[in-house]
Amino acid sequence: MTQAATPVRPRASSPAVGARRRVVVILVAVVAIMASVVLSLAFGSRPVTIEQITQGLGAWLHGVTPRDIGAIAVQQRIPRTVLAIVAGAALALSGALMQAVTRNPIADPGILGVNTGAALFVVCGIAFFGISTPFEFLGLALVGAILVAVLVYFVGSVGAGGATPIKLALAGAATTAALSSLVAAILLPRADLMNQVRFWQVGGVGGANWATMAAITPVLVVAAALALAHGPALNALALGDDVAVGLGVHVGRTRIVAAACGVTLCAAVTSVAGPIGFVGLMVPHVVRLLAGTDQRWLLPVSALGGAVLLTLADTIGRVVGYPSEVEAGVVTAFLGAPVLVVIARRTRIRAL
Amino acid sequence: MTATIRDFARGTATTTPIEQVYVGRRRRRRRRVIAIAALGTATALLAAAMLMLGGTIYSPSEVLRVIAGQNVPGASFTVGVLRLPRTVTGLLAGVAFGVAGTTFQRMLRNPLASPDVIGISSGASAAAILSLVVLGWDQTPTMLFALMAGILTAGAIYLAARGGESAGGRLVLIGIGIGAMLESVVSYLLLRANQWDLLTAARWLSGSLNGASWDQAGPLGVAVVVLLPVVIALSRDLSVLELGDASATALGVRVGRVRLTLVLSAVALACFATATTGPIAFVAFLAGPIATRITGAGGSPVLPAALTGGCLVLAADLLGQYAFDTRFPVGVITGILGAPYLLYLLIRTSRRGGSS
Repeated sequence: MTQAATPVRPRASSPAVGARRRVVVILVAVVAIMASVVLSLAFGSRPVTIEQITQGLGAWLHGVTPRDIGAIAVQQRIPRTVLAIVAGAALALSGALMQAVTRNPIADPGILGVNTGAALFVVCGIAFFGISTPFEFLGLALVGAILVAVLVYFVGSVGAGGATPIKLALAGAATTAALSSLVAAILLPRADLMNQVRFWQVGGVGGANWATMAAITPVLVVAAALALAHGPALNALALGDDVAVGLGVHVGRTRIVAAACGVTLCAAVTSVAGPIGFVGLMVPHVVRLLAGTDQRWLLPVSALGGAVLLTLADTIGRVVGYPSEVEAGVVTAFLGAPVLVVIARRTRIRAL
Repeated sequence: MTATIRDFARGTATTTPIEQVYVGRRRRRRRRVIAIAALGTATALLAAAMLMLGGTIYSPSEVLRVIAGQNVPGASFTVGVLRLPRTVTGLLAGVAFGVAGTTFQRMLRNPLASPDVIGISSGASAAAILSLVVLGWDQTPTMLFALMAGILTAGAIYLAARGGESAGGRLVLIGIGIGAMLESVVSYLLLRANQWDLLTAARWLSGSLNGASWDQAGPLGVAVVVLLPVVIALSRDLSVLELGDASATALGVRVGRVRLTLVLSAVALACFATATTGPIAFVAFLAGPIATRITGAGGSPVLPAALTGGCLVLAADLLGQYAFDTRFPVGVITGILGAPYLLYLLIRTSRRGGSS
């Protein structure tokens, strides 16, 4: 054996991304968020001028209603813009966590059927228990999301090879189909509920209001903080369970906490915005290319990227659907499916 | 080696290996004939039940007289205008879904690759809802539009999954993704449609036979009558294709032409059925595997799958209509009953460490 016969092959996911590049990526992300906020405030069924935007924002900060109708339109767009930022960040963080925990490139709350689980429980709550407050929505969505996530992951990981992408996707698809049939079965005899739960079919941020956002914010903050704190442990997990134990990481606890945070983030968003898919799938993959695989950076940068993506998706939906709008969930599905194709082509997929 | 066939049948022959092959083949063929006959009988009984049961229960003779074209007070309307089109549409849709599903599964050698799982039905569904609900077109142009959309979807999935190793698994994964995208289009179009009502929603979200009429059943009937014989005629080649392209070519099958014909026929059947009843959940996916369990391995899968598909749709529609206080559309029933079976199949296949 000569030494020349063992060339070191550079890995595609090489962690050799310098601190400088990360800082640049974060700066770019922050600038992109600000730009997308301006775009989100500027575009809609009524076109406004830059002056009207500043006027509307200023009046909003002082808690008064402006006289100019354009400025009022800008004010109306503030809640949905805030919700888009918060929901996008939470969904992308959720996707990054699920991908880290399952070590599976296609883990996404939408594909795994978690959204439908949350939807089913909320619909049950409305139909059988007459729930109406944001806290009740949130609680039921959480329970449903966690139950379905556990079920899908269990079914998808039975047998040789563990949870392969294809098995997880199929288990998710089957569960989604069954749960949507159940939702239909609950709704059909109750025609009056149909309008109330219409938005569970397509997710979007158009129905944003401050009360529901206030209800989910504490949950989101706690879950996000816990998740970010577990970045180093998730890094160790990526090296394999044995190495992680050797490095002094509680493997089981880290997995459970990270997975619980991921499901919680996605369920909380679903309870106010409906099912929005593919954000959690797309963003971490793009971020990994830009900022490397170090979870301490990947998690926060994913959150920033998700905020940009969903805000832009919502804005695009308003421009494309003018004078009405296309829900953000439809836009993300259209952006996300091609990304899934690319991921599926790049990743080695084991047949079932 | 002097034993005759009759000896084998009596079981009195001393069994050499070659004789065991003969006996086994006879046994399998007999089981297959019995199973197909049983499936046919079950389909006929279910169809009869669909025609006789309801708000008013009619006797078989009354139903037969209506079918023969005589005027029977009451029954002429209830059976002739309401129940007969519904039964025929359900039967045709079940047959179309069953044949399309089993053709895809066999040809791609993957039990997961049925048109409803890999997103082709979603494409047809989105096109049909665009044409019927938004643009207000008639049934025949709608079906052609849905067919075009289905072929485009299938082509897109094929192109996206082409090349490299493990193309089969990738095809399913990409199909699920594209299906999710098209489903969001369906939901969006439903939200935007003026005629948002329960009937349309139920039909396009889960598949339903409510409001079935001869106008709808006609084009689907033509499609099934034309395409079913094509697929049955090619089913021998389909079985050979399962051995792989090289073996199939060596055995004299024109691989390219046969595959193209089969794909187009199967896509057309799935799209026409979807454009008529909506995407009835899991029928295409489950008809083939259930039929194989009933008939046993070997022989052409097409006819058993067609009958199983018809049985599934009719049985689920009977359940949906009469088993509960509320009348549920057929797709809700197949969705709720079918998904656990899919999960069971998934777990069982994984446990065995099976291939494909």
